Amino acid sequence: MSTESVIAVESLVTHYGSRQILKNVSLEVRAGEILVIMGGSGSGKSTLLNHLLGLLRPTSGNVHILGQDINTIPDIELTLLRQKIGVAFQGGALFSSLSVLENILLPLREHTRLDRMTMEIMARLKMEVVNLAGFDALMPAELSGGMIKRAALARAIVMDPRILFCDEPSAGLDPVVAAQIDDLILDLRDAMAMSVVVVTHELDSAFKIADRICVLDQGEILAIGSVPEIRAHPNERIQNLLNRRVKPVDLDPEEYLRRLTGGRL
Amino acid sequence: MSAQSSAHSAPLRWISRLGEATVHGVTELGFASVLLGQSLFWLLLGRQRRQPVRLSAMAAQAMEIGVLALPIVSVLALTIGAMLAIQGIYTLRMFGAESRVTLGVALSVTREFSPLITGILVAGRSGSALAARLGTMKISQEVDALTVMGINPVRYLVAPALVATVVMLPLLTLWADLVALLGAGLYASVELGISLSAFAQDTLAALHPNDLLHGLGKALLFAVLIVMVGVVNGAMVTGGAEGVGRMTTRSVVHGIAAIVITDMLFAFVLTR
Repeated sequence: MSTESVIAVESLVTHYGSRQILKNVSLEVRAGEILVIMGGSGSGKSTLLNHLLGLLRPTSGNVHILGQDINTIPDIELTLLRQKIGVAFQGGALFSSLSVLENILLPLREHTRLDRMTMEIMARLKMEVVNLAGFDALMPAELSGGMIKRAALARAIVMDPRILFCDEPSAGLDPVVAAQIDDLILDLRDAMAMSVVVVTHELDSAFKIADRICVLDQGEILAIGSVPEIRAHPNERIQNLLNRRVKPVDLDPEEYLRRLTGGRL
Repeated sequence: MSAQSSAHSAPLRWISRLGEATVHGVTELGFASVLLGQSLFWLLLGRQRRQPVRLSAMAAQAMEIGVLALPIVSVLALTIGAMLAIQGIYTLRMFGAESRVTLGVALSVTREFSPLITGILVAGRSGSALAARLGTMKISQEVDALTVMGINPVRYLVAPALVATVVMLPLLTLWADLVALLGAGLYASVELGISLSAFAQDTLAALHPNDLLHGLGKALLFAVLIVMVGVVNGAMVTGGAEGVGRMTTRSVVHGIAAIVITDMLFAFVLTR
């Protein structure tokens, strides 16, 4: 792993209306590392991912991907930049009208001038890598949850990207398949020497695959560090998150009953 | 006091809602204009930017919007043609002028009924499908997936549908013209005892190329309206499957309303 930075986020602030979603977020992703952005529901991790992908514009701050500011570069250069990143969405986002093979072929068809046979060889190679060989003709609706994640990964890596983004790669899968997807991400990083950004709320998965973990809570970064550093971090909110401690519900049964019945009881 | 304030607040609420609806409508209109502009941009400059609008995508859409609609367009056109002949002969008989039915049928079919019926049919069939498809793609992040792949969604999804509809709707209208006139001719030949060829000759003599162009011009306009209404409603889907259903219905209602109102305005400007 080198110290060269492939993603640099500086002082990112985002508002939805009057609500502040991200509060002065800064982070970098180094070449060849797997950075896991971890946080609970509503922590702002999906918003942060959308900023890294250039799908949202920040209120202030900037996002540099491979040295280019994703919010200010001209459209043509943005299209070229997008060819250097791959994204596996949480639900797969496979195109439902295309077969698995056609889904994986799509980036090649749109961005290269290769002949059909070469494209198919490249796509089938990636299907082999994610252990989906032989499922070319299936439609997305015919795939299991794990197969959808694999197909999404195959489509994300078909252009040999320099950065791979995975949104909740093991969410909604049984533990065995989730562990297989984690192993696949590790193998892909090693085989293709790319940087990987994983957004997840799954602690086991995060600890297994991360080189560094960025803990996000209520729109701010609580800590960024290696797995042992995060595990031993003194911050109470981090420890609550790691130990799955929930805030106790402060509820007075009588007061609740009074509110529920409008004081008629 | 409270009764007075609620009496005051009711009209205020009504004005506030009217204002919100107006702003919303203008926003949608602006959004549709931007999408139309972007579609034209990709059609003209896509190749230069190494993102051409694919012929295969246009052909697939043309097949869906045009060729597969042929049977139902034919049935409706035949029925409308016969219906016009029935009503025309009934009305003209009062003046003893039923032989003049050809003129009325020829003009009303080519100038009004064919583009209107075909437009309404395509709005119900393909405008709704476009809204549902885009809406579903939006909520399943397929539109985001296209964007992050460097594939412009307007170029990939909207431009092919626009071209296909703009080409196929006038062609369907032309087909509907022929079939509706055939329907009218079949009825007239039985009712009035004239031959089909005589009906055809009368029709050709009654029609001016401008009448056909009037209908085809409308069809072109309806095509743009159908696609834009479908795309705007599809792109505004929120809230899962229920949202898709709601916006699909809305696209049909808005599409048909837009077609009928535009038809009246077109006739008002060009017919008087």
